[in-house]
This record gives sequence, C-alpha cells and structure tokens, in this order.
Amino acid sequence: MAEIAPLLRASDGGAGQDPLLCVAGVSKSFREGDEHQACLDNCSFDIARGELSIIIGPSGCGKTTLINLIAGYELPDSGSITLDGAPVSAPSFDRLVVFQETTLFPWMTVYANVVFGCKVKGVPQQEMQEKAKHILSKVGLYEFRDKYPSQLSGGMQRRTELARALINDPKLMILDEPFRGLDAMTKELMQEFYLTLFEETGLTTLFVTHELEEAIFMADNLVLLTHKPARVKEILKIDLPRPRHFSMMASKKYFDLHGYAMGLLVEEAKRAFEDGNAIAFDAVSSLE
Amino acid sequence: MSVNALKLRGSNVGGKISSYVRGALSVKTLEGIVSLVAFVALWQAAVSLRIPYISNLPFPGQVWNSLGEAAGTSGYWLSWVASLKRILISFIIAQVVGVPLGLFMGMSKPFRQLIFPVFEIVRPIPPIAWIPLAILFWPTEELSIYALTFIGPFFVIVLNVMQGVASIDQSFKRAALSLGAKPSDIFWKIMLPGALPSILTGMTVGIGVAWNVLIAAEMIAGRNGLGRMTWEAYTNGNIPLIIVGMISIGVAGYLCSSLVRLIGENCMPWQRRF
Repeated sequence: MAEIAPLLRASDGGAGQDPLLCVAGVSKSFREGDEHQACLDNCSFDIARGELSIIIGPSGCGKTTLINLIAGYELPDSGSITLDGAPVSAPSFDRLVVFQETTLFPWMTVYANVVFGCKVKGVPQQEMQEKAKHILSKVGLYEFRDKYPSQLSGGMQRRTELARALINDPKLMILDEPFRGLDAMTKELMQEFYLTLFEETGLTTLFVTHELEEAIFMADNLVLLTHKPARVKEILKIDLPRPRHFSMMASKKYFDLHGYAMGLLVEEAKRAFEDGNAIAFDAVSSLE
Repeated sequence: MSVNALKLRGSNVGGKISSYVRGALSVKTLEGIVSLVAFVALWQAAVSLRIPYISNLPFPGQVWNSLGEAAGTSGYWLSWVASLKRILISFIIAQVVGVPLGLFMGMSKPFRQLIFPVFEIVRPIPPIAWIPLAILFWPTEELSIYALTFIGPFFVIVLNVMQGVASIDQSFKRAALSLGAKPSDIFWKIMLPGALPSILTGMTVGIGVAWNVLIAAEMIAGRNGLGRMTWEAYTNGNIPLIIVGMISIGVAGYLCSSLVRLIGENCMPWQRRF
C-alpha cells in the first residue's frame, strides 16, 4: 500500500513543467425549478502535458458538466479554467471532445466528416486531402471514406469521430465515455487502439469514464470525483509502465491500485445510493 | 445491396432478361395488379347486380370508352397542362417563400415569437375557406387560383421546416462549433442538411394539399384545368366523364407525389436504405 501515495495535484508528480490545463476552484450549479442544484463544488486539478488523465466518479456526479466547461460550451459560476495560460471561454479546436453519443454528421460521408474542421478553417485543398488520407489510413477507414455514418459499425463510427478530431491537431483531446455502448470485444479493441495512438503521439488526453478497470488500465492520473456536488476526492498516480498491455491487469500493482480506488468509489456510490440514485450504486456494486 | 442480390440471382438462372422479368413481376407489382383488377371487377359486379344507388354509376367499360374519347381531344390534354402549370408555379413559390421563413423561425426564437402567433390563428382556416376572399381580392381569376394553391402547402411547409430545425440535435451544433465552424457554416452545413428531411416531409404533405385546393378553386373560379373539366362534365350530366376527370386528378396527384419523393431520395443519399 505504501506505493499508492495520493497526490493533491496531479502536476506535482511532473518534473516541474507547467501543466497544459488548469482547473482551479471551479463551481457550477443549475436551476432546477426554484432551487439551485450544486453540480460542481470547488474542483481543482491540473493536467500535465503528454499525460492521459482520467476523471472517474459515480454516475450522475457531474462529470459531463465538467467536460462541458472545459470544452467551453458552458461557463463556470466561479473559479477558472486555463489552457496554456489562456482562459477557456468558448469552444475551440484546441480542445476537442468525443462524446458518448455519436455526433458525426449523418448527412456527410466519412471523408466529409473528417475534413469538416479543415474546410471551415480554409485549409488548402491539397494539404487537407493529404492530412485526411493519412489520418483515415491511421484509423483504418480509408476504404470506407465514401460511406455514410449510418453504414458503419459502432467501433468504426468512434474511429471516424477520433479522426475528425485528430486531423485538427488539438492540444487536448477530451473523451467523454467514448466507448460506452460498444460491445465488449469492440470496446477492448478501441481501448487498445487509443492507447497505442496515445503512446505513439503523446497527445494530452482527458478521458471520462465510470469504469474503474478501463480507467486504471489506461491512465497516468486518476481524478476521483465525489458524489453530487462533485469535488475532487483524490488524485491517484497510476505508475504502471508503458506501453500498457492487458496482461498488466493481472499484476499485483494493478490489483492494489484497483482495490484502493474501489474503496474510495464505493464510499461515494453509497452516498449516491442514500441520495436515491440506485443506478450509481448498482454500477459499482456489480464491480465489487 | 438488394439490386446486386437480384442481379446475382438473375445471372445464375439465365442472364439479364430473366432478372428483368423477375424485377418487373416482383411481388409488389403483382399485388398492385391483383388489387386493381379486383376493384374493377367489384365495380362491374356492383353495377351489373343493380345494387341500390351504386348502380347509378356507369360500367367500367363506359368510363374506359369515355377516357379514350377524351384522350383524343386537345381539350383534355390542355386541362392537364393548365392544372400542372398552376400546381408547379404555386408550389415552387410556396417552397421559395416557406422554406427560408421556416428556417429562420426555427433558428431564431425572437423571430418565431414575433411570427408564430399570427400563424397559429391563420393556419387552422381551411385553404378552401379563402376562396371567396381570394376571388374578390385578386384582379383576375387566374391569380386567385394561384394564390389559393400557394396558401394550401405554404403553412404545411413553414411548420414542418420550423419544427425540423428546432429538432436538430444541439450536439451537432456544438461539435461543429468546436471544429471551428462560423455561423454561416452552421447554417449551410448543419442546419440546412439537418432540416432537409423535414423540408421533404413538408413538400410531400404540401403537394397533396396543393392538389386539394387547386381542384376546389378550379371548380369555382377556373376557366380550364382538370377540376373545371370535371365540373363541366357534372353540369352536362356526363357521369363517365366525371369519373374520367376524377381518375385523371388522382393520377396527376400521384405523379406529383412520386416526383417529390424522387427529389427527396436524390437530395438525401444518407437516408437511403442500404
């Protein structure tokens, strides 16, 4: 247990390098009828460059709200979010989100979807075509470039969506439960696919999930959120070696980390259950 | 997919001809033929058996002969031309005015709140109820027919487009904004294609409404056209010709709906069944 040292700030573990994304004291509440429902309460964490950070917490705790704030779709009530020192105030292609539901444009082919960002930014035709070819080959969809999203399988849709984001060279890639709803096999393949991509490119990634196995297998840092209103409960450094492999899920270190993190999650899930959110409890207790 | 499968099967059996015959005599076509033949047979039987009231109808054969006679006159075909011209022009104007209006009403809340209350009051008035005012208001009968044929589909189109725009998933807009889309990109690349299925639904329903109104308007105010032809047959007591008129109107409406459907399928390749 000694090796699992909870860190206050993920970036403290980094070698003094300034973090890419700083979330500082962020709070957000929503009006529900007449009363204000606090959703995020004084959340603070940093995301270091070139690391894969994972936000995990019980269902409905406010993970997606946090993503919407970082993406710039909504503004926090208080606190600040900065990317490379510049405050986040609007959506931008330096922070791209892949959502749990597909947002591929159904009226565009795979190719048209992927080059959408280049087109609206006026990237020259030839450069755009080369980039698209490169990225589509990388995700293994070059032969499918003229298909429409509805003609693709779930996994292919996810990869198209990744390609549509990656072609814009984002500074931060945000994945909001991107593999939810895929069958177990496809999900494993997609996890492996993204890990390989990450380990090759070192693209700073913020990943959201409620599945601990997935989280520990993929992450450098684990940001554990509490039940509503979400606070940062703890930030765990996952120091499993890279490249990661599924066999590591049988290692002692993985097992220790999993046990420790599960203890924290179950505490929160129980609170969620007492608040009447039975689904959150089920999700965790089925893993126990 | 299915076309390929059909071709494949055809070539196994014995070349292109057999696949062509198979296609033409598909189950759907056969069902259609059986249904039509049964209808005509029932009609013939009902008139032959002197079933009360129904036996006032002419025999199918008489209608067929009347159709043959009418098809030999230029007047019959001029009626077609007159009606189709009115439908085409009015319907296109209704699209040109209605689609942008619906788009803006769907996208801008203030604009919708400004226009929609008037819409809600005027819309429930059946287009046919506009006939007296239209005849008095417009200088020529022809113009009043155009105006009436415009009003019918206009409301249907505006409302469909408006709801279509409003129902576009906000996540598409968000994704586009994240990828760097400007407001004009959002309109042309997201809103318009996203609303296209609703625009086509509006067109499909609208073309039906347009024929409804046109025929009523022609009967009351027209000098020519399929509606007028049918009405004149009534004043002359020519029952077979009345039925010829009705069938012609039905066929014309069907052709127009098919055309709209064809346009729809070509505008929205992503909605084809694969």
